[in-house]
Amino acid sequence: MSSATDTPSDAIAGDGIVRAADGTPLKRSLARALRREKLRSFLLIAPLLAFVVISFLLPIADMLFRSVENNIVQDTIPETVQTLASWDADSGELPDERVFAALYQDLQIAVEKRIHTRLGSRLNYEKSGMSGLFRKTGRDVRRTEAVAPYKEWFIAIDEDWGDIEVWAVIKRYSPPYTPGYFLNAVDAELTAEGAAMKPENERIYLTLFWRTLVMSLMITLSCLLLGYPIGYLLSHLPARSANLLMILVLLPFWTSLLVRTSAWKVLLQQQGVINDFLVWINLIDDAGRLVMINNQTGTIIAMTHILLPFMILPLYSVMQTISPSYVRAAKSLGASDWTAFWRVYFPQTVPGIGAGAILVFILAIGYYITPELVGGTSGIFISNRIAFHISTSLNWGLAAALGTILLLLVLALFYVYDRIVGIDNVKLG
Amino acid sequence: MHAIAGTDIQAGIRVQQAEWTAISRGASVKFDSVQKSYDGETLVVKDLNLDIARGEFLTMLGPSGSGKTTCLMMLAGFEPATHGEIYLNDQGINNVPPHKRGIGMVFQNYALFPHMSVAENLAFPLQVRGMAKAEQEDRIRRALDMVELGAFGSRRPAQLSGGQQQRVAVARALVFDPELVLMDEPLGALDKQLREQMQYEIKHIHENLGVTIVYVTHDQTEALTMSDRVAVFNDGVIQQLSSPDTLYESPQNSFVAQFIGENNKLSGEVVALDGANCEVRLDDGTLLVADPVNVNGAGSRTTVSLRPERIELAPSDEPENVLDGKIEELIYLGDHIRVRMNVAGNDEFIVKVRNRRDKRPISEGEMVKVGWAASDCKALDAVA
Repeated sequence: MSSATDTPSDAIAGDGIVRAADGTPLKRSLARALRREKLRSFLLIAPLLAFVVISFLLPIADMLFRSVENNIVQDTIPETVQTLASWDADSGELPDERVFAALYQDLQIAVEKRIHTRLGSRLNYEKSGMSGLFRKTGRDVRRTEAVAPYKEWFIAIDEDWGDIEVWAVIKRYSPPYTPGYFLNAVDAELTAEGAAMKPENERIYLTLFWRTLVMSLMITLSCLLLGYPIGYLLSHLPARSANLLMILVLLPFWTSLLVRTSAWKVLLQQQGVINDFLVWINLIDDAGRLVMINNQTGTIIAMTHILLPFMILPLYSVMQTISPSYVRAAKSLGASDWTAFWRVYFPQTVPGIGAGAILVFILAIGYYITPELVGGTSGIFISNRIAFHISTSLNWGLAAALGTILLLLVLALFYVYDRIVGIDNVKLG
Repeated sequence: MHAIAGTDIQAGIRVQQAEWTAISRGASVKFDSVQKSYDGETLVVKDLNLDIARGEFLTMLGPSGSGKTTCLMMLAGFEPATHGEIYLNDQGINNVPPHKRGIGMVFQNYALFPHMSVAENLAFPLQVRGMAKAEQEDRIRRALDMVELGAFGSRRPAQLSGGQQQRVAVARALVFDPELVLMDEPLGALDKQLREQMQYEIKHIHENLGVTIVYVTHDQTEALTMSDRVAVFNDGVIQQLSSPDTLYESPQNSFVAQFIGENNKLSGEVVALDGANCEVRLDDGTLLVADPVNVNGAGSRTTVSLRPERIELAPSDEPENVLDGKIEELIYLGDHIRVRMNVAGNDEFIVKVRNRRDKRPISEGEMVKVGWAASDCKALDAVA
């Protein structure tokens, strides 16, 4: 018997474990052999990984954390928060003298560090007037020596200190974490009785979320309706013409987003090119010029134009792989042109539709510049509100909460999409 | 067009065709002066006239670009004819859209709908015809049984092997009882063994169902194995239309002789031509007696075609032609030995020697006489 045929039986010892030539288990031997390779490939992606973690994941995590973080009250007036713990806001009485004394102490330190105004701004998000109250009180704490009883001293500075609601707000927002920003982001607020919806006329964010969703869907749908025939044409033209058409499709990418959006402003405004043309051909009269900008129509038109390539490209790459013999086969089997398209061609393009739709929708739902420029007040998205809170109102907590909700919303839609279409059914080429 | 030699075999074929006409449910097809051009400058199909009988298995054979697939596509209705008329059962179909022609078709890459199961693929032609559910199921079951895939109805095409996909494609083209089935190189993607097996299966299905089949291929073995008649295409023209044996044994021109089977070419000049035989002087001066199939008379150039298996090494009897040759190379192929020789100045002269027990030992470099009958070498048109 040759040694070659002996080897397999030798490799399996009495315990049934397959062993390498030196007696180590084969699995461990294999793992050792592969470890080097794995390490190499990890080292290759390590720089990118580090870059992504440091410049992207960590800042996002930090930003998301701000949506619940509320250390500012505790950090600025620690003694007050502590003594306030035993006070019951529902008792109908103001906190006792100890709390006012603690507040004075805290404010002295805070004024020294000039951080009391920040607390004022923070609490102002929850109750207007708080910012002014703290600024005014801070000034007096710095200028004059307080005398007991502090309660009367404070009320003398500003009678708001005699308002139970002011104290209730301070107490409510004294814990280090708060659901306040999130409640705010869904048009609710924290009251003495717990979370409750804001009055009808103060609600804005739910409407805005809903509008963002509906308009993103409409933009996705119009991209699909406009992009599908183009994708079909592209995939059926001879290579030369297809390339030319492809350049035309990609042309918008070569110009700045701002330029394109501004061009739409020129085209769509009431004294703009389209209205002028319609008046000129007497389709509308001068008084009846269409309002197509600074509203939802403007946003949808401009964004459909900008996002169209993202729909066409995946559609095209999927359609290109569909052999024309499928439609021919369908026709030879007796299907009319429409049946052959609808039952044989279209189902095979669904992965492309899926990819394009999800791409356009996700880009649309977070879009900012275009709605800002052409959306007016009725055509703006939730992201415009987020930007406002980041850069203008400086309410980063609320911006973070809105951003988190938007992210969760997209993830939820992604999940639903996966259940209906199947994410493995999405093909970019 | 070259005339078809009226041999006994062909007469036999014609009788058979008459019988099919009586029993078959196949359709007849007629191409009447059909021309096709894609660019308006060159003709891909030049004046095609072809009659296909009911229940016939006709193969269009030719190299790529010879116009055979274009003919099939015109018949299926995917390409309009530039000129001429195509008739299906004596009805002109030039203006009938593909889906109303009722022609079953098997495509090169099967074109099974990937998003449907096998049963759904088969149901498709029945659904578009609005057939009742119960009958659909009955037919699908019968069609799948016919190709021996009864248990595979719920599979997706991607889960089947190439041969199985092929069978499903055949079943789908037949499930709605078409009178005419077109097959566009359906076996091209299969390996050799499977291809041969499928050839027999398709042939048997054809025999059992009696449908007319028009089959396109560039594989001459496939054409010879399966067909009643073969149309050899080259350059947009049918070079010869005859039964497989006539095609092999009596090629009408050099192209056919060369395209079908292996072939020794010897070029020369006709020196004498009497009714049955002609005398050819090869370029090295050797004189041959040949069968004048396609020559213009004494003085014209000709290419003599000779099948390697019709040549005898060191002939014992006295055939008309006996030449000296030198054995250059021996290739052992199991059932026969390929002998490459230098004969009459042609060192690509191939002789096939059957591997028999009593075979005479031969060796490379040996000088040996080769002989063949005059009727086995055909004097055809000259090849440039």
